[in-house]
Amino acid sequence: MSAPILQLQDIRKNFGGLTAIENFSLEVFPGEIVALVGDNGAGKSTLVKIISGVHPPSSGTITIEGKPVTMSNATMGRAHGIEVVYQDLALADQQTVYMNMFLGREPLNRFGLLDRRRMIDETEKLVKELDVRIPSAHATIRDLSGGQRQGVAIARATHWASKLILLDEPTAALGVAETAKVEAIVQSLEQRNVGILIISHSLDQVFKLSDRICVLRRGKQIGVRETKKTDKNEIIAMITGLQQQ
Amino acid sequence: MTSANTGTEVGSFASRFNLQQYVVYLGFLAIFLFFAFMLRDSGFLTVRNLSNIVLQTAPVTIMAIGLVFVMSAGEIDLSIGSIVAVSALTAAVTIASYGMAAGIVAGLGAGILIGLINGALVAYVRLPSFLVTLATMGLFAGVSRSMTDLRSISVTNEAFTGFFGSGSLLGVPSLIWWTVIAIAVGHLIYRETRFGAHVLATGDNARAASVSGISVPKIRLAVLTISGGLAGLAGLLYAGRLQAAKYTLGETDLMTVIAAVIVGGTLLNGGKGSIVGALVGSLMMGMLNNGLILMGLSVSDQMIVRGLIILTAVAVSLRDKSR
Repeated sequence: MSAPILQLQDIRKNFGGLTAIENFSLEVFPGEIVALVGDNGAGKSTLVKIISGVHPPSSGTITIEGKPVTMSNATMGRAHGIEVVYQDLALADQQTVYMNMFLGREPLNRFGLLDRRRMIDETEKLVKELDVRIPSAHATIRDLSGGQRQGVAIARATHWASKLILLDEPTAALGVAETAKVEAIVQSLEQRNVGILIISHSLDQVFKLSDRICVLRRGKQIGVRETKKTDKNEIIAMITGLQQQ
Repeated sequence: MTSANTGTEVGSFASRFNLQQYVVYLGFLAIFLFFAFMLRDSGFLTVRNLSNIVLQTAPVTIMAIGLVFVMSAGEIDLSIGSIVAVSALTAAVTIASYGMAAGIVAGLGAGILIGLINGALVAYVRLPSFLVTLATMGLFAGVSRSMTDLRSISVTNEAFTGFFGSGSLLGVPSLIWWTVIAIAVGHLIYRETRFGAHVLATGDNARAASVSGISVPKIRLAVLTISGGLAGLAGLLYAGRLQAAKYTLGETDLMTVIAAVIVGGTLLNGGKGSIVGALVGSLMMGMLNNGLILMGLSVSDQMIVRGLIILTAVAVSLRDKSR
């Protein structure tokens, strides 16, 4: 196997006197989907914030392609090639699809003005590649269905992520057909040779999509299993802590 | 496949697009035709009267441009009327002692400074803009009254009054030049620059803007500063056209400016707006004013009719957006 694209070592995060995460280590390899599971309050969202750069860890190291990095905001995380698809999608609803694709990173033409042509072209190309079915790059986000919006958010992350895509509950708000569509998109991301970390409550989804499963309980990493070599019962036992008794 | 997936979605998209985009133009046309017909013998349609409408609305149009930026970012600026008076008086007093250039700098500077104060309180102290500018509206209304003890200051500098008021270039009055240039520059910045896109994103979804690397506080500071600066410019235009400054300048403009901006298609909650729409909205308000006077309505009747028409226009332009 090649070198890990993301490596977390002995990550610890304190908020005042509270320890949200301790001794957390995980490696994600390029072209691999790793699922992060755990009960509510297990520390998943804190980990998302640490990996995306929003919260620097209290101790421990984050290594991206062999280089240790320090990050204190999401802009630094993005600069390191890490993109997050947030649970609330972080889309500007009244703007067009292509403006959302380039939100905060709009390309400019030689007059220093917005290069709409380029934004539209690149959006259409990517949307086609990922098979996100939207009416057009000019469509306004609020005119799209939940699945289409999720598709746009994933397309945006895919466009910018050179190393890692973090998906936070990508199908929590979707119906059955839309969930299947989004899962297909996530699966197709594997070919792009970036690491994919997916947080999900649905074990069915985790088993369908992931290569490995990492279980988090009360801020600690309980274990990492290869998806093919484990089953739901084991993962549930790990999540609930019954295995440890 | 990127083509339409369902007919209904595209249909509703098209109808919303049409209504939002064109309601202000249709309203403008309807009011214009109404007055053109009703007042055909009262001089409404003369070039002189029509150009008068544009001249009179110039300050409101300039303020409306600033408010489009502010409202698009999801904020509001209630202090623009007070800024007009403070800027006009500051300019008038400075011109009398130090000449035109100093007066322009002082007048615009006063507007920008008040805008910066508003913006800093909103962006960095995190107070709601509604309350901040409500307070500064009252505060600077007081400042403008105390500056000259309620007296009016005349502006006799002819270069200044020509540049900002009565003058003309290539046969076009200077107030029309100001309007055209401000609209063109405002539209370009609003529609075609990164800054404009970030203003819209901030008003649309501040969290999304923030996680996308946009500095939301800087945007908030910027829009309120722009609004203050443009209100300052409006103050100079009033001082130039009336050849005097008084604390009453701009006093009643706030409602007109807000109405012009909203009728022009800018959302009160941010994320969507139009500079050109605000111009048409502003001209519509000016035309309404002018036509009602020509129709011989008493001042109180004018206020009632204007209020009702604004209410109708706002209701129609908001009908579909507030969903």
